[in-house]
Amino acid sequence: MKKSFPWRKVLGQSYIWLVLLLMYLPVLLLVIYSFSTSTLIGGRYIFSFDLYTKLFANSSIMIALGNTVLLALISALVSTFLGTLGAIGVFYAKSKFKKAINFATQINIVNAEIVIAFSLTVMFVFLGTYVFKDDIFGFWTLLIGHVALSVPFVYISVRPKLQQMDPALYEAAIDLGATPRQALSKITIPEIAPGIFSGFLLAITLSLDDFIITSFTRGAGLLSGESEIETLSTFIQAAIKKKNVPPEMRALTTFIFVLVIVVVVAVSVYRSQQAKAKKIRKGRD
Amino acid sequence: MSSKTNEKIKRPHVIFFQRKVLSIPYVLFLILFIIVPILIIVLYAFTDENMNLSFDAMVSFFTTPSKLNVLWVSLFVALQTTLICLVIGYPLAYFLADKKINKNAVLITLFIAPMWINFVLRTWATRDLLSWMNISGGNYPYLATLIGMVQNYLPFVILPLYTTFLKLDKSQIEAAADLGANRRQVFTKSVLPQSVPGVVSACMMTFMPTMSSYVISDVFSEGKITLFGNFINLEFNNKLWNDGSFMALIMLIIIGISMFLTRNNSKENARGANL
Repeated sequence: MKKSFPWRKVLGQSYIWLVLLLMYLPVLLLVIYSFSTSTLIGGRYIFSFDLYTKLFANSSIMIALGNTVLLALISALVSTFLGTLGAIGVFYAKSKFKKAINFATQINIVNAEIVIAFSLTVMFVFLGTYVFKDDIFGFWTLLIGHVALSVPFVYISVRPKLQQMDPALYEAAIDLGATPRQALSKITIPEIAPGIFSGFLLAITLSLDDFIITSFTRGAGLLSGESEIETLSTFIQAAIKKKNVPPEMRALTTFIFVLVIVVVVAVSVYRSQQAKAKKIRKGRD
Repeated sequence: MSSKTNEKIKRPHVIFFQRKVLSIPYVLFLILFIIVPILIIVLYAFTDENMNLSFDAMVSFFTTPSKLNVLWVSLFVALQTTLICLVIGYPLAYFLADKKINKNAVLITLFIAPMWINFVLRTWATRDLLSWMNISGGNYPYLATLIGMVQNYLPFVILPLYTTFLKLDKSQIEAAADLGANRRQVFTKSVLPQSVPGVVSACMMTFMPTMSSYVISDVFSEGKITLFGNFINLEFNNKLWNDGSFMALIMLIIIGISMFLTRNNSKENARGANL
């Protein structure tokens, strides 16, 4: 029997690669034009590293970048701390309480960012008008906004790890003379560490990506000093509006693009290898 | 000996108390910064600037054609974005999950990876490409907005569909084929019904964010298309807290209704939380 031409396979694969190309085309163009001095995408291409030297000399981009990273780290740490302890505490609480908190946690996961941002802002305005009698927008309101966005995600990443954990481990530690605090730090936390870690990473990416909450809840502070806190998102958005995004932003895009691709591919290769190793181990048993 | 038994009686209470207490900061945070703000917008939606009971915001929303228009335009843009994303994403996810077509498990992560590049940066990149192709807010605001939306939300459609296709009941499909169903019948009678949960969560991941989006419509249409998100932002800029609160409340109600309608569907795919 003659094997027919694998139409399905060829069609499927070309479709996959076509969509992939279209998805990456805008960013790839920026990457290509990051090695050019041309002010416009599609302009005359002259190879140079100019934009890379300009990037590090552009203080407003560097400040925005610094603010973005600082805010992401601080808000992710706070979210991870609150969310992890919350998940542990709620997990061992009564079921009625548990249900109420699980519901409240879902609110910001499904809620639109603009509603989260607006409702927090209205509250801060309310507090500023009636309680503090002053404008309270600053680093703290921004931090609260970012934590409000990411803390539920930490909670839901930790919760399944607690469900998977063997409850006897904690009891055993207590029976063997550990104080509850020791049992928590030596048994529970290491057992749920993967959940805490993925919650932390998720919190970082949510904060890095955020625009709306930042633009609503920010005030003066961080590296911006006396002026409004500028993050990469707000900086680029304002530049797009003024139609003068500095071309050196292309160089920064290249750095971010390479970093994201390397990390994402490395993690997924590592995971698929782990899965394979697991299969082999299972096969031996 | 007696002290030891005493300890044993006390311990369960101590443990129970200790671990539950850990949740206090989290619960306080939820109440102060998630529940209370929502209550405050409800309060603001039905009061005026002097905190007196008033239905002005509601009346103005339902009687001002431009405001109602924002609702219809948002629903329409969100519906179109969702449909286009599904048309592109459904076969894509199907091919990616089919072992005969794609053996490379890393490929799916390449489709998700753009989500980790700052989204304003991506928006800027797409806009640059479009204006190079002479499509901009100046000449085709609607088309540009739609392309921007699809470009941004496509990964959110691919991921839930892909996980659904991976979990397809292969034996049911084989049984259908063995029992004489042709390719089209296998698809409509077995694959399609099985993929409904994935389609529902893909719709949820695209529809609501599109409706409430602000940056994408603002950048791509150059301010010519006003969606719910843009309007709330406008109220924020003009410090119209009461009108804005009512709009936010409407958005919240729409989200609540859609969550209620799809409550049996798993929420694990929310914002790529499972990757």
